[in-house]
Amino acid sequence: MLRIEDLHVEVDGKEVLAGVNLEVPAGQTCVLFGPNGSGKSTLLHTLMGFGQYKVTKGKVYFMGRDITDVPIDERARMGMGILLQRPPNIVGLQLRDLVKAAGDGHLDIDETAEALLMKRFLERDVNVGFSGGEIKRSELLQLSMQEPCFLLLDEPESGVDMESIDLVGKKIHDLLYDKKGCGWEKGNRSKSALVITHTGQILNYIDADCAYVIRGGQIMCKGRPRDILRDIQEKGYGECIKCRMVKF
Amino acid sequence: MPDGQVLRKRAEEALKVRGAYGKDYELDSYEAASSDRDRVESLEDIAADQRKTMTDVGVIPDSVGRSGSLIYVDNTVVHNTTADQGLELIPTHEAMEKYDWLEDYAWRAVQVDKDKYTARAYLENANGYFIRVKAGKKVEFPVQTCMMIDSNKRTQHTHNIIIVEEGASLDIITGCATSGHASESLHLGMSEIYVHENGSLNFSMIHNWGKETGVRPRTGVELGKNAKFVNNYVIMKPAGSVQSYPTCYLNGEGASAKFNSIALSHPGSEIDLGSQVVMNAPKTASEILSRSITLGGEMIARGRLVGNAQNIRAHLECRSLIMSETGRTLAIPELEAMYPDVEMTHEAAVGKIAREQVEYLMARGLDEDAAVGMIVRGFLEGSIRGLPESLREEIDEAVNMANLGN
Repeated sequence: MLRIEDLHVEVDGKEVLAGVNLEVPAGQTCVLFGPNGSGKSTLLHTLMGFGQYKVTKGKVYFMGRDITDVPIDERARMGMGILLQRPPNIVGLQLRDLVKAAGDGHLDIDETAEALLMKRFLERDVNVGFSGGEIKRSELLQLSMQEPCFLLLDEPESGVDMESIDLVGKKIHDLLYDKKGCGWEKGNRSKSALVITHTGQILNYIDADCAYVIRGGQIMCKGRPRDILRDIQEKGYGECIKCRMVKF
Repeated sequence: MPDGQVLRKRAEEALKVRGAYGKDYELDSYEAASSDRDRVESLEDIAADQRKTMTDVGVIPDSVGRSGSLIYVDNTVVHNTTADQGLELIPTHEAMEKYDWLEDYAWRAVQVDKDKYTARAYLENANGYFIRVKAGKKVEFPVQTCMMIDSNKRTQHTHNIIIVEEGASLDIITGCATSGHASESLHLGMSEIYVHENGSLNFSMIHNWGKETGVRPRTGVELGKNAKFVNNYVIMKPAGSVQSYPTCYLNGEGASAKFNSIALSHPGSEIDLGSQVVMNAPKTASEILSRSITLGGEMIARGRLVGNAQNIRAHLECRSLIMSETGRTLAIPELEAMYPDVEMTHEAAVGKIAREQVEYLMARGLDEDAAVGMIVRGFLEGSIRGLPESLREEIDEAVNMANLGN
């Protein structure tokens, strides 16, 4: 589904990713752990193609195609969708208009919004004055309409209160297990994902297949998500990485 | 009561007085456009090309959903009909003959000797529309008026008087346009608006001038106690030089005024839009919102709020986007207060569209043009509530045409 080879990325002239190698097979969900500043968000943003992230070396393959230089909107149309941690405010643009533009018209906007408790936000300006949880639900609403095959989720549980976390987690589960096929199946799951998480809470909802740990702009190890999370929680990133040191 | 002789003398003396802003026009090099055009009984009888010009500025030819229509071509009222009791819509000349009391209103909110343009309109005995809503009458559908210039290198001068009596309410949609062959003309539009106690008026304008057309409207508004006035000014198409600076006087306690301007300045255009609200009575409120974009032309957004009484609230907001390497934008917000207990604020912002916003929408599958268009539409109309549908359509169409993503 997604293959990253020796990816080097600069932000404002400074190298943030220094040779990332990573793979997400079709139908699988992989989790990305890493301390603050390790390059997790940079990797997700680079995969979506955002302009601030300059690929200086390496390749990204999506569904077998080299997309390293493909524009953002084309990636979206190929089936990539991102949940941003801090999306921009857009004054004057109503959420309903954005949600409508993100979909192809076959899903009912009001019903989809209602399921995410976002109906009363549809006439609000996009992200303006939204709380942490509202931003996540707004992002999920847009993704629900967009129906991507490959989800990039940047800390979906951060800033969400305990009550909303269940809603957010279940919605992400539904997105991944949506029966609308993307051309492959793994069990009941039709979609793939790369998910950044700090707390691992989201693991309760998504049944992840693999986990990577990134530090200093490089993937330090790979393993089973629950094992890695336990090691990080018990020993911290440093020990976890030492312990499992398998250089990619 | 202003004596005709006195007014004439004042106007004559002002014929050389240049406008305070904008390019100067030498009025002697323009002849007046015809004041003797044929009358049209039904709007559907208007020639196809003229009808197209009208519909492009929001005029509905069959008048469905309108309480009345008045069409002014060159310097002639060619058509006026009303479908509503309590609403009067007739040529200004006819109204002046009919009502002696109208002299108390004419040339009061707009002074004849303000500059050469007001002077010229007065001395040419400009006709125009007279709209009166009788006390207590709430007019359900908007009145539509159209000012069209149909002959080249001529002046169109109008003198419009609108009176909304006590407790009455009205919406007006005005389309101003030039025919394709009449681009190098001059529009001198005088409008005097009086809204009495508890009255309400929403006045919306769409403009479609020629690339060389000079436009010098002069507008004065007086509001009585608790009267409400909303002014929507939309100009999306290229124009030669438009300079407008209506002044609204809030003379009655509790009155409120809102001026919304939405403008695009194309290469070669000079768009100088301002509004001034003078708050002469306590507990009055006013707001000036300006959203503009330069695509290579000159764009000036002025706004002035004067707090001339106690306990007033006023806010002014000018936001402008620059979407071209050429062109210029200038925002001039001004606040003036004479009393301590006033709440007056302003903000102005000039800049370009944030790349981050464009990419965010692209990540949802919109191509770059569609993403920019969506952000621009939101920028122009999103913050302005209650904009009539025809104005939204005008904005949407212009944004689509301008191909702003490039």
